[in-house]
Amino acid sequence: MSTSQISPFLQVDGVQKSYDQRTILSDINVNVRQGEFVAIVGRSGCGKSTLLRLIAGLESPSSGSVMLGNRKLGSTAPETRFLFQEARLLPWKSVLDNVRLGIPDKNKEDARQSLRNVGLGEREGDWPGVLSGGQKQRVALARALASHPRLLLLDEPLGALDALTRIEMQQLIERLWVERGLTVILVTHDVSEAVALADRVLLIEDGHITMDTRITLERPRVRDSGFAHFENLILNRLLTPPQETPQQIAQKQISFSI
Amino acid sequence: MRSNTFNRAWFNQFIPFVVPLLILALWQWLTASGVVAANILPRPAQVLEAFIRLLRNGELLNNISISARRALGGFLIGGGLGFLLGVLNGISSLAEKIADSSVQMIRNIPHLSLIPLVIVWFGIGEEAKLFLVSLGVFFPVYLNTFHGIRSVDPGLIEMGKVYGLSRWSLYKDIILPGALPSILVGIRYALGIMWLTLIVAETVAADAGIGYMAMNAREFMQMDVIVLSILLYALLGKLSDTIAKWLERRWLRWNPALSRK
Repeated sequence: MSTSQISPFLQVDGVQKSYDQRTILSDINVNVRQGEFVAIVGRSGCGKSTLLRLIAGLESPSSGSVMLGNRKLGSTAPETRFLFQEARLLPWKSVLDNVRLGIPDKNKEDARQSLRNVGLGEREGDWPGVLSGGQKQRVALARALASHPRLLLLDEPLGALDALTRIEMQQLIERLWVERGLTVILVTHDVSEAVALADRVLLIEDGHITMDTRITLERPRVRDSGFAHFENLILNRLLTPPQETPQQIAQKQISFSI
Repeated sequence: MRSNTFNRAWFNQFIPFVVPLLILALWQWLTASGVVAANILPRPAQVLEAFIRLLRNGELLNNISISARRALGGFLIGGGLGFLLGVLNGISSLAEKIADSSVQMIRNIPHLSLIPLVIVWFGIGEEAKLFLVSLGVFFPVYLNTFHGIRSVDPGLIEMGKVYGLSRWSLYKDIILPGALPSILVGIRYALGIMWLTLIVAETVAADAGIGYMAMNAREFMQMDVIVLSILLYALLGKLSDTIAKWLERRWLRWNPALSRK
């Protein structure tokens, strides 16, 4: 008998994913507790988006299992919501109708409430075509949260936004995470974003998890020296190729000193 | 300042009519002054007289309704079949493999060249014209429906699946609306072909309708009725295109590229 406090909320066990001959992910083992905010960082092509899609049920692992609660995931679970890098709103439906897509019974009032939560309550009748990039992602976020999911998966949703909008969206996501008691997994290439938002940062390199760091900073996160410490910790690991020999490191040092 | 904007709006409304009115004036001058002989081209007034005369004795409305019914019937049959097959082939790649190349082969036969064959098969009755119009309308609707469905953004379909939309809802809310702009282009094109086919079919083999009215008038050298028939076809063509454009504006309101400033 397991309760949500004892057993992990999300359990990824020995997951491997290959396409044709290429292995994207090898032997991934992650346990996520309910209410955690986990960030997954890594270079492009390291497999972080693939891992997220496996958790979402958009694809199936070649071997190993993904379990949500006690259930093995075969396809998308209704309590899981996904946010893509593009907003992926239906251009022919109004903003409100787009949000209603996220609700099983298509309730208008729930949709309105969700739109208000992201600050777009007065745009409900507009077509998506007239919204800015940031506004579209906010509608997508409203759509994702309208059905009160337990697990929110974010696949680099802020990558296409300008810097200021990105910070506003980060604050919005953090606020909603706290208010709703969600479990969030955020895939991002931006280490600073990961440290600003997450309790825990996973680093994926070449299909393996090579780092699992708990961010012990207080919230609200301030960009002080503690913040920089974690950023550097992760960036140094990310930017150093693991197979660098001592001779290569020594060569670099020579060329940088005059 | 207010009178400035008032004049501009009135001006914009009036401008599209300037060229047709000039042509009308030219036509009147050419025929009235005798530069163009009376048995080549009638005067505009004569065409108007013919219009009123045929309107009075009921022939005009009768023939117009017969032609319109043929056109609409052929459009519904050919367009309906083209739409259904386009959807089927668009959604199922098995269906596409079976049917698409055969359809493309038939498409390459100009349908108007089948007229002698059609007359042998169907005579000169209604079926012949319905068949020809349907055949002409089928292909643009099929092609554009098929292409429209295949071009729907796969990202949107993936989003639909992630949000747990049922199969039916995927078609109704994502695939068909996504294909609609392309389908409407196909319909606009099909309308042009519809009138073209109808005109040719009615000219060649008919016992009623606008084309028959024109051919009959030719027997008796009634130039005014002939010119009237041409104008009627033109008006009907313009009317159907206007309806299609209106539908497009209405159904594609969401597209910022199409909306007027």
